[in-house]
Amino acid sequence: MSDATMNQKPRRGFRVSRGALPYLLSLPALLTCIGILVPFFTAVAYSLQRYRLSQPWARKWNWGENYLNFLSDPAFWNTLKVSLTYAFLTVGIELLLGLGIALLLQKRTRFNNFVSIMLLMPLMTAPALASLMWKLMTNPGFGILSYFASLIGLHDFRWASDPSTAMLTVVLVDIWVYTPFIMILLLAGLRSLPQQPFEAAALDGVPRLFVFWRITLPMLTPFLLTATLFRVIESIQQFDIIYAMTQGGPGDKLTVFQVEAYLNFFQSTNVGRSAALLMILWAITYILSNIFIKNWLRLRERQRGEA
Amino acid sequence: MEHTSTLEKVLRGTAITLVILFFMFPIFWIFLMSFQTNETILRVPPSIVFDPTLSNYTALITGKLDTAAGTLEISFMKNLWNSLFLSAASVAVGLVLGVPAAYAFARLKFRGSEDIAFTLLSFRFAPPLLVLLPLTIYFQQIGLADTYLGLIWVYQLIVLPLILWIVRGYFEDIPADVEYAYRIAGHSWGATFRKIALPLAGPGIAAAGLLAFIFAWNNFVFALVLASADKQPVTVGALAFVTASGIQYGQVAAGIVLSILPTFALALYAQRYLVEGLSLGAVKG
Repeated sequence: MSDATMNQKPRRGFRVSRGALPYLLSLPALLTCIGILVPFFTAVAYSLQRYRLSQPWARKWNWGENYLNFLSDPAFWNTLKVSLTYAFLTVGIELLLGLGIALLLQKRTRFNNFVSIMLLMPLMTAPALASLMWKLMTNPGFGILSYFASLIGLHDFRWASDPSTAMLTVVLVDIWVYTPFIMILLLAGLRSLPQQPFEAAALDGVPRLFVFWRITLPMLTPFLLTATLFRVIESIQQFDIIYAMTQGGPGDKLTVFQVEAYLNFFQSTNVGRSAALLMILWAITYILSNIFIKNWLRLRERQRGEA
Repeated sequence: MEHTSTLEKVLRGTAITLVILFFMFPIFWIFLMSFQTNETILRVPPSIVFDPTLSNYTALITGKLDTAAGTLEISFMKNLWNSLFLSAASVAVGLVLGVPAAYAFARLKFRGSEDIAFTLLSFRFAPPLLVLLPLTIYFQQIGLADTYLGLIWVYQLIVLPLILWIVRGYFEDIPADVEYAYRIAGHSWGATFRKIALPLAGPGIAAAGLLAFIFAWNNFVFALVLASADKQPVTVGALAFVTASGIQYGQVAAGIVLSILPTFALALYAQRYLVEGLSLGAVKG
């Protein structure tokens, strides 16, 4: 592809530089990242070993055993289930909410712009700190949200420390932090749509619900897809919010991939299992991010073409 | 749109109010909490009427925490400084490494450039612990464990892809003819880059830098795994602080406020670049 663009636009002025220069320019950045690639391959190796920090003498290659063990390991299936539930719930709710808010703020008025800037604040809060904020608000002793819960009859509502509501609590924090991201993306998308179809529909008196389903939503699909994929990739890897809130507890209620891998490594010092877990997570995100990047590049090209 | 009914206006108004309430209330509440003593925080039912006190902030700033058991030394200011230093240094390194590379990818299309750019981008999406856990062992071996240098290097994982892809977009938007004309006039490649490309892409570079700073500041997991107490940024420090201070909730709240204020200020300052940066330039708003 790069060859084709070169033939189309011969830039003679740069001929001298076509040799080593571009490599020289990008080499430092590349080397920095290659340094990071080494641990990646180490992780692959770890995942194929029986390796516990507490028993270094028993370290040996066991090839696929860590992965095979997952098949009959209820803790692994729990991790998979919890991670998928978390990703599905957060992204699903954030999409609906984000789209709703974007539609509410679609008109370029001063008030709407002000609100959309205000909504950036949760997104700018570090997720780990956002968890702390919600921890203070859901404290059973003095938390304002626990008080609100008691007002509507939910006495002794224990939020993240209760196994039945722990997921709900971290999902809520995730929604608080990341809904603005989807909203901002969709708002930019909505405002960049061509106006003619909407004007024509308005002239013909087409009902607005029909306009939404048949014009707005289809035209917005590329943006929805980009936002969804981006968020799913991040959400299935969520660590900060969950670790800061409960460290994966109560019990194994919130042991998503990265939290489980972290606990495996530092608490049970089972390096092999930890690495194998992360490899599976990596495989999932690798597939998703490839789809995302392709989709995103297409969208980017189109936006540039129209600009 | 013109004939909106009263009912619709009311519904819209209610919806917007609920949205603002949900997203602003936690910030508002923690802010209030940071000016209260434990005494007023622990009141049941909670109330927003209280005598504001600055004691939480003074305790954090002086590093002396008065508890029932005596005075406790806290290093929250050190954490704040670590955050500032780590983020600023990472962004500086990221810009020095990333901007020339971005220029190479945008202008001097070369064999394999797309593949390399993709590889760099894909780092952004890989699970961070995958590289962090082996790194803990390597860093111990090469003496980078618990050093600022090691942390700044690892921070490039988030900073570099961001800078590379945003700045690349800005370079691509500069018409090649402008640079070509300058080169024809007999200027060297380096001069063209410095005098033409860099100034024209300036706003983009600034935007990328600000956004990278916010991302670095908000990062949690890198320092959690690789840094010990005296190198920790606020995100990790605040968590440890909760356990250390026991039940000094007002100080925890004040710590949170001090930790999120810098990113809020930056975000307000750079808001028009945020959309683009957040979506990695996918949407030109």
